[in-house]
Amino acid sequence: MANGLTLENIEIWKGDTLLVAFDDTIHPGEVFSVMGPSGSGKSTLLAYLTGTLPLEFKAQGRVILNGRDVTDLPTMDRRIGLLFQDDLLFPHMSVFENLAFGLRPGGTRTDRSERVRSALRAIDLPDAGDRDPATLSGGQKARVSLMRMLLSEPEAVLLDEPFSKLDSELRDQIRTFVFDMAVERALPVMMVTHEPADVQAAPGRILDISASR
Amino acid sequence: MAAADEVSRPRSGRLAWFPILTILLLLGPVCAGLAGTVAPAFGYLPAIGQTSFTMDPMLDLFAWTGIWRATFLSLGVGFLTTALSLLIVVLIVAGWSGTRVFAILQTVLSPLLSIPHAAAAFGLAFLIAPSGWIIRTVSPSLTGWDRPPDLLILQDPLGLSLAAGLIAKEVPFLLLMTLAALGQTGGHRSMKVAQTLGYGRISGWLKTVFPRVYRQIRLPIYVVLSYSMSVVDVAVILGPNLPPTLSVQIVRWMSDPDLSMRLVAAAAALWQALLVLGAILIWRLGERLVARLGHRAVVSGRRGRRDRVLRSTGVAFGGLAVVTIFTGLASLALWSFAGSWRFPDVSPDTLTFKSWMRHADSLAAASGQTALIAACSVLAALFLALGCLEAEHRYGLKLSSKALLILYLPILIPQTAFLPGLQTLMLGAGLSGGLLAVTLAHIVFVFPYVFLSLGDPYRSWDTRFAVVSSALGSSPDRTLWAIRLPMMLRPLLTALAVGFAVSVGQYLPTLLIGGGRVQTLTTEALALSSGGDRRAIGVYALLQTAAALLPFAAALALPAWVWRNRADLRHG
Repeated sequence: MANGLTLENIEIWKGDTLLVAFDDTIHPGEVFSVMGPSGSGKSTLLAYLTGTLPLEFKAQGRVILNGRDVTDLPTMDRRIGLLFQDDLLFPHMSVFENLAFGLRPGGTRTDRSERVRSALRAIDLPDAGDRDPATLSGGQKARVSLMRMLLSEPEAVLLDEPFSKLDSELRDQIRTFVFDMAVERALPVMMVTHEPADVQAAPGRILDISASR
Repeated sequence: MAAADEVSRPRSGRLAWFPILTILLLLGPVCAGLAGTVAPAFGYLPAIGQTSFTMDPMLDLFAWTGIWRATFLSLGVGFLTTALSLLIVVLIVAGWSGTRVFAILQTVLSPLLSIPHAAAAFGLAFLIAPSGWIIRTVSPSLTGWDRPPDLLILQDPLGLSLAAGLIAKEVPFLLLMTLAALGQTGGHRSMKVAQTLGYGRISGWLKTVFPRVYRQIRLPIYVVLSYSMSVVDVAVILGPNLPPTLSVQIVRWMSDPDLSMRLVAAAAALWQALLVLGAILIWRLGERLVARLGHRAVVSGRRGRRDRVLRSTGVAFGGLAVVTIFTGLASLALWSFAGSWRFPDVSPDTLTFKSWMRHADSLAAASGQTALIAACSVLAALFLALGCLEAEHRYGLKLSSKALLILYLPILIPQTAFLPGLQTLMLGAGLSGGLLAVTLAHIVFVFPYVFLSLGDPYRSWDTRFAVVSSALGSSPDRTLWAIRLPMMLRPLLTALAVGFAVSVGQYLPTLLIGGGRVQTLTTEALALSSGGDRRAIGVYALLQTAAALLPFAAALALPAWVWRNRADLRHG
């Protein structure tokens, strides 16, 4: 049942201040952009959706993912993937292990290796499995990080300023790569950014938090 | 800009001798002590006319009937304490960091760190002894006992009560070290990634954060291993008696009027050092094995979502440590004020100041000695630490990771391995132990903790203040005294308090280097332990705890008062 990510009457408060209000559905394959300056509550909204809202905030509303109410589920049970501006590859694991860590459990060892290897081919790094993630280029790291998230088979994806650390040429390339993946897998995507170019490239609607308040 | 700064910075100056002096002060006694242990272990001890090398002391040691028992006890208690303490800390941090429960647990566990080992051990003994508080609360109603049962709970031959007492104290230590390491590794974000990938808290933490944290807490873990294998004061109170642990036996041989027993003591001290070394090597192999299994577990992708039981277990054990030590202290307090207190009664019939009055004179003397030694050794350690850190700041004389090992050496090598040697050397040189010698010995153990406590806050101070200050025409010294140190009042006082607690808790250096003539609250309390006078023990152990805790209270209160009109410094 793929009917997207529905945020029903979401309100996030810090003390008596309303930080964010949101009521909409992000459709499968849509990249919904949220724009706004830092401090406007974008990151707070993402933290709420992943279930990691800091204790000083209060929130109400429901989060429905493909018909499942995930509002009160712990982060690990939500199946919402998250991509940060840093790749956050685990420095003590090889590239292969980083991907295997993301891959959903199950299957024999050979099975799993084969799936990780085909994932490496899909991101054009067929021989990088044994490498230290620190030796990869910025673009390669970004691709591994994205693939690690996809291997966990999320039902929705959140992007937190995902391209802001990449230089402009790489940026276009990775952006296209990420958006194509989302459309191809029919994933609802919410992207938080302050970069107009990201928003223009995104296949979906735009919410400007600074304008709405 | 940065490069120009490097070049223009002088590489030496008035403060450059601080690191060298410090290393000499730390390594001198350790190396001399080890030499003073090894030589007599092979029969060389001119002080008693032994000038030829033989294997006799070693043979005598292994002819002692208790040697294998003591050996396995040392290894067993060491591994049990270290593994369980680490497990509990991992379960708490992995299962709960960032939650409200964790904040509470952290608040109640941190004061345990500064409670002296001996006081905590006495408290535990007062709880679990056959006539202790736990049996009293269920007697005679549940047990039917109207006099203490004849059970060997305390000082059990397997050293379980000894391990329990150590675990309660080592969990707060490892927790603090883990939290410090966690701050440097950025574990929170890795944890978030793991959770959005569907991992349970404990499994996610173990696979993504633990390997990096472990690298940082490896030395503290070895300290726990070495300490729990060779501790003397806790083992006297909670450890088995016939035979005692190896380190307790070393101290007994050292204090034997027959000076030739020192040869056996030296052989045993060498054996104790080798045992600790061997145990650390075995632990290292264990690390490799766990790492290999860990990589397998990573590839399996198993999420470990059902970790509720494990998480609760972690909190339960952490809570148990807190409750045990605090009720133990309460029991010490009650005994110190107890009038007549018959067996199955949960509380004494009357409360009285008699025990305190009776010991008032010796309490005052011992408190004075304790405070004097602690104040002198801590101030000296702080002076050295500030000199080293300021030399690092001004000349870029940064301690390498090898130098960090030197810092840990005095607390990594068992005290029983080098203090007997140091005492033997002093004996040979005709030096009689006194206050000065004891204070110098305390510096060796106080300095590492003061330096570790001060290092991070000192380095994270915003050096732009120094730039502003020198642009205004201040010398580096003026910047140090007028800007940096006042701004760092809180971490400075915390370091003082940590050092004070370490000094107050020292038993073996005071006993051995003081030649039995320097009496502190700790040595007096330990001297009482075999007598079984609970009221006296309560009085001394309580005062010992107060001596260690009060500086912490001052370290919290003083900056808040001094900076009451400076919002940015009040909580800094």
